[in-house]
Amino acid sequence: MIILSILPISLEQGLAYALVALGITLAFRVLAFPDLTVDGSFPLGGAVAARLIFEGVDPTLSAAVATLAGFVAGSMTGLLNTRLKINSLLAGILMMTILYSVNLRIMGRANIQLLDRPTMFTFMENMDISRYVPVIIFFFLVTLVIKALLDIFLHTEYGLALRATGNNEDMIRSLGVNTDNATVFGLGLSNALVALSGTLIAQDQGFADVGMGIGMIVAGLASIIIGEAMIKPNTVFRLTLAAVFGSFLYRFIISLGLRMGLAPTDLKMATGFMVILALGIPALKKSREGKIHLRGI
Amino acid sequence: MAAKILVLEGVTKKFNAGTLDEKRALDHIDLEVAQGDFITIIGSNGAGKSTLLNIIAGTYLPDDGRIMIADRDVTHAPEHQMARYIARVFQSPTMGTAADMTIEENLSIAELRGKRRGLRWAVTQVRRKRYREILKVLDLGLEDRLKQPVGLLSGGQRQSMTLLMATLTLPKLLLLDEHTAALDPRTAAKVIELTDTMVTQHQLTTLMITHNMNQALRYGNRMIMLHQGRIQIDVQGDEKRQLTVREVIDKFGTTLKDETLLACEPASSS
Repeated sequence: MIILSILPISLEQGLAYALVALGITLAFRVLAFPDLTVDGSFPLGGAVAARLIFEGVDPTLSAAVATLAGFVAGSMTGLLNTRLKINSLLAGILMMTILYSVNLRIMGRANIQLLDRPTMFTFMENMDISRYVPVIIFFFLVTLVIKALLDIFLHTEYGLALRATGNNEDMIRSLGVNTDNATVFGLGLSNALVALSGTLIAQDQGFADVGMGIGMIVAGLASIIIGEAMIKPNTVFRLTLAAVFGSFLYRFIISLGLRMGLAPTDLKMATGFMVILALGIPALKKSREGKIHLRGI
Repeated sequence: MAAKILVLEGVTKKFNAGTLDEKRALDHIDLEVAQGDFITIIGSNGAGKSTLLNIIAGTYLPDDGRIMIADRDVTHAPEHQMARYIARVFQSPTMGTAADMTIEENLSIAELRGKRRGLRWAVTQVRRKRYREILKVLDLGLEDRLKQPVGLLSGGQRQSMTLLMATLTLPKLLLLDEHTAALDPRTAAKVIELTDTMVTQHQLTTLMITHNMNQALRYGNRMIMLHQGRIQIDVQGDEKRQLTVREVIDKFGTTLKDETLLACEPASSS
């Protein structure tokens, strides 16, 4: 019974956050770049869209602008790393910290309510069915399209260069690819997806908050780890599928935990433990067999 | 005389410049390479062989001197731009291929060496068919494993593939950095034969570093020996053909370290 009752919310959230998991997969797995910008670019997407919608801009256009903002944020992290030679983790942390102030500037305060404003979800309110149905269908279609586009892109000539940049940077550089530019573009794309997710979730829940991105990386990593344990990511198609499916499973586990008495405030701790367990158990067993191979960590 | 494809003028490279550890890896190297030359490079550890290839490929920038490829000054060109002219095969089989990507994807990456990469589908049917034909030449059964990740291949298979990738789009210059050193003797012999076939067949201008003096003498039309960042021997044509391992050792044995000498002892059995 519990399982059935938490299924809709898990599906909605899992699909909504799937874009974050896809973005993190692109950075961590494809580019092998441990990008922490996500905690800042997710609320950036929410903040940009919320402010624009608040000012009366069309919700869909706002989402597009927010996605672009995410691209810029990710590219900046890439530039810090490739041009200024700042360590990849530090570059992400710097950008994440800077974005906190930027997000407050954009919104002009800590959060913006959108309840009385038109959003991309407004037309669903007047439907005669449970709101879950159209929302889940909407997120499903968005995720499906983005996943398919990403799969196609990663099979194009430039997509292959991007994957090779994460797999064997020296080799692809000697074959004529400017790996610095590839990294900048890849991180831009990754954070564009994250920001898109942020803007859609802000519109869905009717508000954007400067703190909505805290712990987003760890949650995304947990999703990827769970997904890859279920679906062996030996092709691009399966890699992105693992991210989407893992995102759903993670939200399902979280909802289940909450139902069974886990305090919402302990959520991030629980997620953290989940990631530590998944990454640490093989080491404790002193065996590399079955180790979850997560490039970028 | 054939056209000069590569010219080095007074190329110097120092490491740790200005410190007590300063080391002149290359010391005013002058070298002219003619179209179609197959040059073997020998020298003891630290003689500057790898540095020389890295300088030519743009991995390192020289401190002094000039590098010209096909009459173009490329002294300061970054590595990724040099890919237009140069293909490389490294010592470790893992360096020349992307392990997590499939055989056909690796070939496709290599085919576009130095070219613009766009949003076209990378592994088209036409390309796949061509790769299958080309891989048959290796006689390793790789033509039936196009969709398998390269990481599943053995070292020798990967190195053979890397060689194939280097010649998929013919380079102006092929650089081989001890590309058989990490392989077992039998595989190494196969890969070196394959190298010779490809270089001869395509008349590729090639620079090959080797620790094996037999190889250095047997293959190619010219041999140079580096010592302390300078070119100490430069022989070609008939002079090279008549040179024996014994003569080289007698003349320069003191400057070559044991490793190089050892490498040539058992080779007479091959």
